[in-house]
Amino acid sequence: MAELKLSSLSEKSISRNPSGAEYASDRGFRGLALACGLAMMLLLLAILIIIGREAAPAISKYGLGFLTNAVWAPGRGEFGILAEIWGTLYSSILALIIAGFFGVSIAIFLTQDFLPPALAQVFRTIVEMLAAIPSVVYGLWGIFVVIPAIRPLANWLHEHFSFIPLFGTSFGGPGMAPAVIVLAIMVLPTVAAISQDAFRLIPYKVKEAAYGMGTTRWEAILKVMVPTAANGIFASLVLGFGRALGETMALAMIIGNANQISLSLFSPANTLASLLASTFPEAGQLEREALMFAALALLFITFIVNVAGTIIMSFAAKQQTT
Amino acid sequence: MSITADDISRAAIGARTAPSMRRSFTESRNLRSFLLTAFVWILAIIAAIPLFSVLYMLISQGGARLSLDLFTELPPAGFMQGGGFGNAIIGTLVMVGIGALIAIPVGVMGGVYLGAIAPDSKLSAGIRFVAKVLTGFPSILVGIFIFGLLVQAMGTFSALAGGVALAMGMLSTVMLTSEQAIRMVPQRMKDAATGIGCTSTQTVWKVVLPTALPGILTGVMLGIASAAGESAPLLFTALFSSFWLESLVEPTASLSILIYNFSGMPFPNQIQLAWSASLVLVLIVLVFNILSRLFGSRKV
Repeated sequence: MAELKLSSLSEKSISRNPSGAEYASDRGFRGLALACGLAMMLLLLAILIIIGREAAPAISKYGLGFLTNAVWAPGRGEFGILAEIWGTLYSSILALIIAGFFGVSIAIFLTQDFLPPALAQVFRTIVEMLAAIPSVVYGLWGIFVVIPAIRPLANWLHEHFSFIPLFGTSFGGPGMAPAVIVLAIMVLPTVAAISQDAFRLIPYKVKEAAYGMGTTRWEAILKVMVPTAANGIFASLVLGFGRALGETMALAMIIGNANQISLSLFSPANTLASLLASTFPEAGQLEREALMFAALALLFITFIVNVAGTIIMSFAAKQQTT
Repeated sequence: MSITADDISRAAIGARTAPSMRRSFTESRNLRSFLLTAFVWILAIIAAIPLFSVLYMLISQGGARLSLDLFTELPPAGFMQGGGFGNAIIGTLVMVGIGALIAIPVGVMGGVYLGAIAPDSKLSAGIRFVAKVLTGFPSILVGIFIFGLLVQAMGTFSALAGGVALAMGMLSTVMLTSEQAIRMVPQRMKDAATGIGCTSTQTVWKVVLPTALPGILTGVMLGIASAAGESAPLLFTALFSSFWLESLVEPTASLSILIYNFSGMPFPNQIQLAWSASLVLVLIVLVFNILSRLFGSRKV
């Protein structure tokens, strides 16, 4: 064996030009890889086209009034999604405020040397596990844990502060407040993960320079690290917002699916995604068409938010590394 | 202003009396620093509470009903006692399997294109951008897309449509993580392969993919884990069924849809089953998550 190898080495080099068959298969393989990459683009295009096509009948029937009408009455053939658009934006913004506050704080906590590396890893795993729990499980947990847990506080707030619109209605169970809490928990891992990346991209010498100026740890964090990571943090918030807008099953289970516009945290509401999930399986032809219009509206909103978030993130990464 | 000799001597005197190096809490900036540290500690601990609460409920509520019947029996109707969700476990596994069969080859090949064949082309940048946008896309829209594409054409909800919908959700994760892993392969290894006359296909098969395999597997396992927990797309593609899976072109049960359906029922038996199904579902998701971590930790 060794002899054979030696002799072949001595006669000719181990390198040789590829054969004709190898050239051909190489070209085929590259073509296939290109096709698989292009499949990604095709997928997005197909999603836009198919949902647009499905929504077309409802668009021609209801027009733009569909977006400003707050009535959803399949019996009368009257459809509008203003209440759902309101519920989607309201729940997502409230959840993002909570998740952003916690997520960015946790990103600071995990990247700015507060913990020994092993303990930081434990916390990081806990936050990542929050993202691994399926949406329906959060829904179930929301029904049987969150709603009973916040009931006493909600009742107390309503009794004493009902003049504030936020607490204006009595707490009946499923509604905006439990939905926002669960939504915030589900968005938190996204915000925390992307913010952590933003902090980790900052060279360590930047912080050393701040310490050298005599700052305390928190002065360095708040005056140097956070402004440097600001674009990445902003991207994490936008992408977290995108997640919140499209979150479906947990909300369909705990938001109450009521077609109304209210500022109150305790009244039931609805979102575009949970309207789709809760009415679609049993909808008739007419209602299904209207739901497709709602799906297009959701597509439109989440597409814009996700594109914006992705652009901000790549911009932030480029800016920080150069 | 010019510096006078007086200034210099004054500075020299100042330097001789060294500043205090001790931290004192009477200084407001130190106190603020301490309070903020305590504050983020509290926030981090609060953020950990939901996970432990969910896990506690899964074990106490879901674990209470755990028995072999759950895996061998069909879901009970209305007032019936007992029952299980064997068909839903099979349905989930079959649909995730179909999804993986589609998403892994396409995703890894796409990753090869982005990471090894044309890493710097404009087209690759475009594909990468679309993949990132789709990662954050609501999965319910993918479900509606497959409903319009497959379910209406086939005239029935099916495991096949469910699997395709899950594949679409996994695709961007698998493609982006594969690309990352492939990019980590040192350039000198690829150069060496090219140097002895490998075509780029041979370089990819014999050098790049074997080296990047742990990273690719990490992405694949993560994709499978999130697909297993997915529910919104299945609602529009596979729907649900109370019977055993007999063909791929009929409505098919899944754990997540079973949990959704049973959670709204007024019967304690169904609620208990929903908790047990949640426990099983989370265990499935965790297994793939842990696998992805194991592969990830073997990265070079």
